[in-house]
Amino acid sequence: MRRLWITLTYAVFLVLLIAPLVKIFTGSWGDGWSGFADALTRPESLHALMMTGIIVVVVTLLNTLFGVMLALYLVRGTWLGNRLKAFMNSIVDLPFAVSPVIGGLMIVLILGPSSALGTFFEEIGFKVVYALPGMILATLFVTFPLMVREVMPVLQEIGAQQEEAASTLGAYSWYTFWKVTWPSIRWGVIYGVVLTVARSLGEFGAVLVVSGNIMNKTQTATTLVYQDVENFNVSAASSVALVLAAFSVGLLLLMEWAKKRKEVH
Amino acid sequence: MNIIMRSRLWTFGFRSTIMLYFVVLIVLPIIGIYSQSLHLGWTPFWDSITDPLAWKAVLLTIKLSVIAALINVVLGTMIGWVLIRYRFPGRRILNSLVDLPFALPTAVGGLMILLLLGPNSFVGNLADQLGFQIVFHEPAIIVAMVFVTFPFVIRGVQPLLEELDKSEEEASYTLGASRARTFFQVIFPSMLPGIISGAMLAFSRALAEFGAVVLVAGNIPGKTLIASVYIFGEIESDNAQGAAAVSVLLLTLSFLILGAVNLVQSRRLGK
Repeated sequence: MRRLWITLTYAVFLVLLIAPLVKIFTGSWGDGWSGFADALTRPESLHALMMTGIIVVVVTLLNTLFGVMLALYLVRGTWLGNRLKAFMNSIVDLPFAVSPVIGGLMIVLILGPSSALGTFFEEIGFKVVYALPGMILATLFVTFPLMVREVMPVLQEIGAQQEEAASTLGAYSWYTFWKVTWPSIRWGVIYGVVLTVARSLGEFGAVLVVSGNIMNKTQTATTLVYQDVENFNVSAASSVALVLAAFSVGLLLLMEWAKKRKEVH
Repeated sequence: MNIIMRSRLWTFGFRSTIMLYFVVLIVLPIIGIYSQSLHLGWTPFWDSITDPLAWKAVLLTIKLSVIAALINVVLGTMIGWVLIRYRFPGRRILNSLVDLPFALPTAVGGLMILLLLGPNSFVGNLADQLGFQIVFHEPAIIVAMVFVTFPFVIRGVQPLLEELDKSEEEASYTLGASRARTFFQVIFPSMLPGIISGAMLAFSRALAEFGAVVLVAGNIPGKTLIASVYIFGEIESDNAQGAAAVSVLLLTLSFLILGAVNLVQSRRLGK
């Protein structure tokens, strides 16, 4: 009985996860090393990888900053009414329930060329939709819950006593945060950062809608993969995909490590 | 006095920035999409969602998502059980691999499935000879959905199994119950909340999935076009109102599911 279940589990993993991973590896090396290198050094690949890099860095910074602060306010802030807090708390998860395409559509609707805000930004010479700011916005929307959801439970668990003690003893709020709160939420934040990087690296639907997928301008690595597949250039697509997959596996390992550290602390 | 004033200003600044960020990023877009879908009145809204292609896409999405969620319930319950209860070589590696679909870009996931099952692949040829098709047909969409929602049920079941008191199980054996009976009457009921909330999360994720599906589905209107791809098509053809109307339909469904999940989870915690 036991044998059977373990074998079945191995079979599912092999078919559903390991085989596809191996396949993408062999697919990208189908034309040998030179095919792989050529696909990656195309100007559009380099540009797309650079765009993805920019988005990952900006989104991770913003989402970490705002996510940690929002988590702090939602757990500790007395200036928010309890009702409002509960309401905001339930809304935080919304981006999980929204299809990425719809997330992108929302941004196009509000800031696109046909909207009031969009024309305003256009007039002052700031392009949002079909440009980098829109793509960052879309990725921020999609990654929004990740940090908040990692930090909030930790904050709830550690309670406010130590912080209160620190401020009773006369510590300024910044000082309290760095010396008391930060050490205990640190691993939650790191885990949230890893999740945010993974998600913003791989975001596809929302970015595709907002960016317009213009080659060498607003194309990211994932939308390039999509375009290559549409153009029946599967081996080039797999080369870019392999780079993304390698990053994801690396992040997964990091995630495991962070999880373990989080449990220890 | 000066310091106090300054810190008050800072506090005020921080608070309003965060609230503004929250409103602009989350609240405003949701309001925007609902108002956009209705800004021409009810009739165009109704026309958009009763367009045969639109509701066929929505129904197809719901049908395939249900199938994918059910497959995940079976696989996830089994794998969650095996990974917690049995010790065998490679268990830790498998356990970390579970999260792979979350870490992997969905477009990459779609491409993997395309390479694995598509034309000129071993499985694709085999299926061809047996007379049925996978890629660009419903089975491929289900595979893509199962792939991206794979971790939900497993991660829902695992903590419950870990928490489960061994003595309950032992008591059941001592009282003479068979293995199967113990499983179904003692272990299964305590796994159930995890299975249910995992399945609902998987379902809502499958409803929303775009990247993995768009590459393998073939996107034939009325046949393999799922809702999110339909919405994407409407955006591409500049029909924002139609796209918004179908989005609202899908969103409302997802919100209901999310609400139900929260209810299940809070009831569990309440106990």
